[in-house]
Amino acid sequence: MATATATGTTQLHLILAWGFVGIPLAWGVIETVLNALQLFQ
Amino acid sequence: MFSRERIIAWPGFSRWMVPPAALCVHLCIGQAYAFSVFNLPMTRLLGITQSAPDDWKLTDLGWIFSIAIVVLGLSAAIGGRWVEEGGPRKAMFTAGVCFGGGFIVAALGVYMHNLWVVYLGYGVIGGIGLGLGYISPVSTLIKWFPDRPGMATGMAIMGFGGAAFIASPLSVWLMRQFSTPTHIGVAETFVVLGLVYFCFMMVGTAIVRLPTPGWLPPGYVPPAQPTKLITTRHVFVYQALKTPQFWLIWWVLCLNVTAGIGVIGQASAMSQEMFPGRVTVTAAAGFVGLMSLFNMGGRFFWASISDYIGRKNTYFVFFALGFLLYATVPFAGSSGSVGLFVLCFCIIISMYGGGFATVPAYLRDMFGTRYVGAIHGMLLTAWSAAGVFGPVLVNYIRQYNVDHGVAKAQAYNITMYLMAALLVVGFLCNLFITAVNERHHMVPDESDAVGMAD
Repeated sequence: MATATATGTTQLHLILAWGFVGIPLAWGVIETVLNALQLFQ
Repeated sequence: MFSRERIIAWPGFSRWMVPPAALCVHLCIGQAYAFSVFNLPMTRLLGITQSAPDDWKLTDLGWIFSIAIVVLGLSAAIGGRWVEEGGPRKAMFTAGVCFGGGFIVAALGVYMHNLWVVYLGYGVIGGIGLGLGYISPVSTLIKWFPDRPGMATGMAIMGFGGAAFIASPLSVWLMRQFSTPTHIGVAETFVVLGLVYFCFMMVGTAIVRLPTPGWLPPGYVPPAQPTKLITTRHVFVYQALKTPQFWLIWWVLCLNVTAGIGVIGQASAMSQEMFPGRVTVTAAAGFVGLMSLFNMGGRFFWASISDYIGRKNTYFVFFALGFLLYATVPFAGSSGSVGLFVLCFCIIISMYGGGFATVPAYLRDMFGTRYVGAIHGMLLTAWSAAGVFGPVLVNYIRQYNVDHGVAKAQAYNITMYLMAALLVVGFLCNLFITAVNERHHMVPDESDAVGMAD
C-alpha cells in the first residue's frame, strides 16, 4: 500500500476516501451490535 | 468525462482508492435490504394512527421490494455488456441517477397515493440502478487486484450486505423528523434519501479509475503457467452462456443462496417458535441483527479466504459445513440449546454472504477478466430464482407441517433437512466444475479489438 502511494495518491486522499465510507458503516455496525446484545440479556 | 479512456489512472494512483469508490455505490444500493422499514408506515398514510380502508395493504407493498429484486437481476443480465464496455464511471453514474431518481419518483407516488407510481419509481427505475450499480465496480476491482480478486470484490459486496445497518436507522430517524400528528413523512424521507444516495454515489463515480493496460501491482508476478482452474484467457459474455461451467456456477450460487435466503426472512419467527418462552421478541430482533453482521462479515472473510484456498474449495466448505450445520439445527431445537442454534445460523448466514462475494472471483478464474462483469450480471438471475425458491420452501413446508398437527417447535425440522439436501446437490454441481474448454476462449486478435484495459 505504501509503495503505491508514493506520488499521486496521498495518505490524506486515502483517509478521506476510507473515512467517507467507513464512518457511516461503523456507525451502522455499532447500532446493530448494541441491538444484538439484547439477545444475550 | 465518462469514457474508459478518460478514467485511466495516472502514475502513482493508489489502487486502494478503488474499494471506497465501489463501497460508495454498494453502501447505497444495499439499502434495498432495509426497505421493509417503510412498509408499516405506508399502510397508514391516510389513516395516520391506523390503516384506513383506502390505505395500501401490506401484501401490495411487498411487491415493491420484489419488483426491485427482479429488475435488479434483469438489468444486470441485460446491461452487463454495456457496463463492461462503457466502463465503471458511466455505469456508476447511470446507477446513481436511476437509484436516486427512483426514490424521487416513488416519493411522487406516495404524495399522489398512487402505488403504481411507487412500483415504477423504486421497483423499476430504482431496480435498474440496483442492477447496474451492483455489477459496475466488480471487474474494475478484479483488474486492480489480480493478486487478491476475492478480497477486492468481497469488500464491495460486503458494503451491499452492510448498507441496511445505515439505511434502517437513518430512514426511521428521517420519518420521525418529517412526521406530524396529521401526516406520515414517507414522501419527504424518500426525497432526502434519493438526494443523499445520489450524491454519495457520485463521489464513487468521481473516484473510480481503471488501471493502464497491462498494469500489475508492484512486486506481483503472475503465474507463468495458468493453473488448472484459473485461466489467463478470456471468454466472450454470450459464449460463456454456452459453457457447462456457467450453468454449474449458476446452480452453485442459486442453491447456496436458496439455503440462506429461506431462513433470513423467517429467522425472528423461527427462533421464537423453536424456543417458546426463552427467545423473546426483543431477543429475536437481536438475533436478526447478529445474523446481519455475520452476513456482512462473511462476505469479506470468505471471499478473502478464497484467494488462498481457491474458489472451488471455498464452495466445498460452504456446502459441506452448511450440510452439517443445517442437520444440527433440529438437534439444537430438541435439546433446547439456544447458543448452538444461534451459532449454527450465524455461520450459515456468513456462508450465504460469502457465496455472493466469492462468485465474481470464481467467474474471473473460469472466464477471464474481459467480460467478468457482464457474465456476473447474467449470473445474478440465480439470485432472483433463489429469492423465490428459498422463502417458498421455508414458508410452505412449515405451514404444511403446522396444518398436519406438527408442533411449531418442530415444524422447521423437515425444512432444515431439505436445505441440507439442497446443499448436497450444490456440492455435486461444484464437484463437476472443470476448466473451460479452449474452444470457448476469445482469440487474441478478438480480445485486442475490444480495446479495453485489463
